[in-house]
Amino acid sequence: MLSFFRKLSLSDKVKEGILPYGVMATPEDLLKAKNQSSLLLKDENELRETIYDLLRTIKDPEKPQTLEELDVVYEDCVYINKPTTKGVSVIRIEFNPTVPHCSLATLIGLCIRVKLERHLIASFKLDIYIKEGAHATEDEINKQINDKERIAAAMENPNLRDLVEKCIQEEE
Amino acid sequence: MGSLELKQSLSGHKGRVWNVCWHPKGNSLASCGEDRTIRIWANESSKWVVKTILAEGHQRTVREVSWSPCGNYIASASFDATTAIWDKKAGQFECNVTLEGHEHEVKSVSWSRSGQLLSTCSRDKSVWIWEAADDEYECASVISCHAQDVKKVKWHPHEDTLASASYDDTVRIFKEDAYSDWVCTATLNSHTSTVWSLSFDSTGNRLATCSDDKTVKIWQEYKPGNEAGISTENNESVWKCCCTLSGYHSRPIYDIDWCKLTGLIATACGDDIIRIFREDTDSNPNQPSFSMVCTTDDAHTQDVNSVQWNPVVPGQLASASDDGLVKIWLYSE
Repeated sequence: MLSFFRKLSLSDKVKEGILPYGVMATPEDLLKAKNQSSLLLKDENELRETIYDLLRTIKDPEKPQTLEELDVVYEDCVYINKPTTKGVSVIRIEFNPTVPHCSLATLIGLCIRVKLERHLIASFKLDIYIKEGAHATEDEINKQINDKERIAAAMENPNLRDLVEKCIQEEE
Repeated sequence: MGSLELKQSLSGHKGRVWNVCWHPKGNSLASCGEDRTIRIWANESSKWVVKTILAEGHQRTVREVSWSPCGNYIASASFDATTAIWDKKAGQFECNVTLEGHEHEVKSVSWSRSGQLLSTCSRDKSVWIWEAADDEYECASVISCHAQDVKKVKWHPHEDTLASASYDDTVRIFKEDAYSDWVCTATLNSHTSTVWSLSFDSTGNRLATCSDDKTVKIWQEYKPGNEAGISTENNESVWKCCCTLSGYHSRPIYDIDWCKLTGLIATACGDDIIRIFREDTDSNPNQPSFSMVCTTDDAHTQDVNSVQWNPVVPGQLASASDDGLVKIWLYSE
């Protein structure tokens, strides 16, 4: 389901604010998006700012505040790493769970991934990590939120998908 | 260096394509993915065209498809926790058996050489062995050996020996013991993250594995009483990592296939690239060396999820990607 959302972001309807539910992109749409990407990303700083703007408004799964208000994400949490062998941008996000035993850290990781994959038009690779030392089981969570197969399966679970949808919904 | 020439790009799937599998005769190909369908492609007057779309079998992503060795059945593993068996008895492929039992997503399915055994694995950490006879499938064993999610199962090319790869960073080898119980006879420890896939060579004495740790490892089997003098226990083979290919892949490696015809190893990587490796001609059998003979920067526009060599046509390779495409390639020296 994850890539489903990414592909939604590629269609014009999304930019108009309409989610064409049940429509998945074809390879042609993806190719078109790839060709656009070089025009859309002027430099690394701009990319970082665009990403942070998407992250800051994500809502905490159980509190009324946003991730920015709770200091779960902060301006320096977006890194642009060494690109892949063929030159695709590698984005690393670090986040800081509110408490070291935060049971919702995986869900927050999922929200970050789904929102970025849905809204960023450029082709990129995404790594999401918990800020070092900020969680009792950070290695376990890091592994889980970077396993594309588990993420894909999680987003096909209707309950989880609804939770993620609520957290990443943009206020008008 | 060799080259990999794109022969055809097959579009039709919507969303991510997870897996491709060649018919044992090499004249058709099955693919599956996020759109919950299985597509069967065949070569007609030198063009690959879609022949059949199987859309009714699964409620969620179809993660893997596997043709039976006789070519009459397709098994499909799905995130809906079931495995479907399709046959063509009514003329068209139909799902006539659904194997239930796994608690979570089924990640992989594999037929043994004889076609009499089937194995499945799941996020529920278990590996299941099913016995197939006259279209009846009976669970022969549930093996709870891995500590985590099991990503891939593959049978040995000649024996009823099974290998599995897991999120717990290990590979395990299973055999049936004298009491007809399926037991783990070897644990292959060396990868430092999830092992995504594995492939035996044509002899079955070697195994190639690929991982989230961005390396490929080659393992050598040492049977009891082997000439190299490697000690074994309980009259069981030991598997030793005899080669690690690191520094080539820049993202997790999702699939690997060791060609039974040419000995070439192909990898599917999260950096969108297909790479091909071959054992060096002066390689020492106990400490083999492999070189990369081909890399294709423009293989796909997103993660490559699956690669498989045609079992009949040497050098013909199929790949599947998050970019929604299946591609057919030809490797030449």
